Parts: sequence; C-alpha cells; structure tokens
Amino acid sequence: MRRVISIIILLIIAGGLILAFSQIPFGKNKINVANYYIKKGIEETGAVNIITSVVLNYRGFDTLGEVTVLFIAAIGLGAVLFVERKVQRKVSSNKEDKIKKASLILRTGTQLLFPLILLFSTYIFVHGHLTPGGGFQGGAIFASAFLLMYLVFPKQSINKKSSSVAESLGGLIFVGIGLLGLIFSGHFLANFLPKGVPRTIFSAGIIPIIYIAIGFKVGFEITVIIDNLLERSK
Amino acid sequence: MNFLFNWMYYFASGGLILVGLYIVLVKTNLIKIIIGINFIETGVNILLISIGYIKGRTAPIFSTTDINPADVVDPVPQALVLTAIVIGVAVLALALSIVIRVYKHNKTLDVTKIKGLKW
Repeated sequence: MRRVISIIILLIIAGGLILAFSQIPFGKNKINVANYYIKKGIEETGAVNIITSVVLNYRGFDTLGEVTVLFIAAIGLGAVLFVERKVQRKVSSNKEDKIKKASLILRTGTQLLFPLILLFSTYIFVHGHLTPGGGFQGGAIFASAFLLMYLVFPKQSINKKSSSVAESLGGLIFVGIGLLGLIFSGHFLANFLPKGVPRTIFSAGIIPIIYIAIGFKVGFEITVIIDNLLERSK
Repeated sequence: MNFLFNWMYYFASGGLILVGLYIVLVKTNLIKIIIGINFIETGVNILLISIGYIKGRTAPIFSTTDINPADVVDPVPQALVLTAIVIGVAVLALALSIVIRVYKHNKTLDVTKIKGLKW
C-alpha cells in the first residue's frame, strides 16, 4: 500500500521535474551574474581560479556560514556520541583483543603513503588560487590520510586536544582576517593585502591564507568525526 | 541519440533524486533512509553542475594566458557544489551518529518498530 502511494507521489514529482528541466536548455550559455566575475575576477582578486575567487572573495561571507555549518555538525556528532563513552570503555576492554591486525600490504602501503598523501593535500590547498582544488578538497584528502592510519592502527587515535586547537585556530584565522579587512578596508572579509602578480604563488591577497586555514580546519574536523565514529564502534 | 546525449545529465540527476525519494518513502531501515537522503544530495549536486555547463567550453581557471574569458563555463554553481559536498559528508556523519544512539536505545533500526517515531 505504502509502495503504491509512494510510486504515485514519485510519478507526480517526476512529471514536475520533466516540466522544469524542459525549460532549462542543456549546454547553452546561461551565464548572467558570473560574467562580471569572469571578466573582472583576475584583476580584482588576483586569483586565476575564478571558482576560488567566487568562494572566498565575492561570496566569502557565505563560505564562512558554510564552514560554521561544518563545525556545528562535527560538534553535534561529538555531543551525540559523548554521552555513552564512559560505559563503552568498560565493555571494550575485552573486545579489543578481537580486532584483527591489518594485513602486511595495507600496513606497509599506509606507512609509505601517509606522508605523501599529506604532502599532496598541502599542495592542493596551498595552490587553491592557481589550480583546481582548494581548502575543502585538500582538507578531505588530509582526512583520508588519517582514515588510512585508523584502518591500520585501530587502537591508536590522534591527540584530541591538539587537533581541536588546530581546528579552532583555522576558524579563528578565517574570522580574524575578515575582521582585519573590516579595519583596513571598511568591509568584512575585504581583500586588503596586495594582489601580487597573477599565476604566482604569492598572489591573490588574503585568499591563500584563508584557504590554508580552511584546509586544516576541514581536515581535522573530518578526522575527529572519523575518530568519534570509530571509538563508538569498538 | 543526440536527444539522449543532450539530456543525459538531467536524466541522471532526476533519476538519482527519484531513487533517493523512493528509498526515503518505502524503506524502513534507518541507515537505508540516510543513504537515500545522500542519493538526493548527489542528484542535486549533479543537477547544479550540469546547469552551469556550457557546451565546448573549459573550466573557469585561467592557468595560462591564452584562455579567453568568453570560453569558460559558469563558476557560480561549481563554487556552491564545492562546499556542499564537504558539508554533505559532515551532515551524513551526524545523521549516522544519531542512528547509533537510536539503535542503542531501541535495539532496532526498523522505523516501524520504534515507538517514539509514531504519532
């Protein structure tokens, strides 16, 4: 009964979607507001990656809100799982012996790849204003390195305090640079540093600094999420 | 054939959204419902990217000087999806943590058997 009703609802929604999609031509030029970003982006922000200049300069305030959503999700996860942790510890002591040791291939591969993955993620978020990538993607790669470590050494965990300090510092740098922009240029998150020469690494003013802060923030946030979920499942 | 090629991305995103909605409406396992919500999210992301796409144009990154500004796709949807993906991961993790708590409390993942969810 429920299946039939839901299929009817889905058919109605599908009809609506088809009506809507048929009005949107695929692959045609529909750029309206972004024309300004594409034409003036490099000279106004110094970043050759227009997506980065949209994320951190034209819509930097929006990104600050999104980073806050991420932060609240990570905190919420910690709060939801925290309540039972003390009870869990007692049970886990005899369970811990049952955890299988990771295979030789996984262990050796992780030990070799871990620094390289960290290096690659750093490259991704330092070059956010020059090449495809940026803080969010680099942070996800950063966390994937720690996920590999957790798969190999499930009994160990990262230092909670220092990771939360790094995470908070990332957010504080973002807000602090925004406030410095308010002091020096009169707008929150204004690009007050010199723009430099486009296509060089020291260009685009505040954009690389904010992206490095976001990279560490996202990386440590996802690592702490993985840590919390794993600790719960032990 | 040409028709299919032109509308492929819309079909894919619409299909993902509908599959996700079907899972949310019909399945009773909480983890399956969350995976359905993730399907909807992926569909919406693909939809945003494919609306911003313009045929024959390249990514809006002027890494060399010979890229013409009239030759790039719309950067705004890509900027939106960029942050939406990472937020999706965090929200998915939050939802799964709530599921862990619900399972501890009720010893079941079936929404029809959890009394607190009935009205």
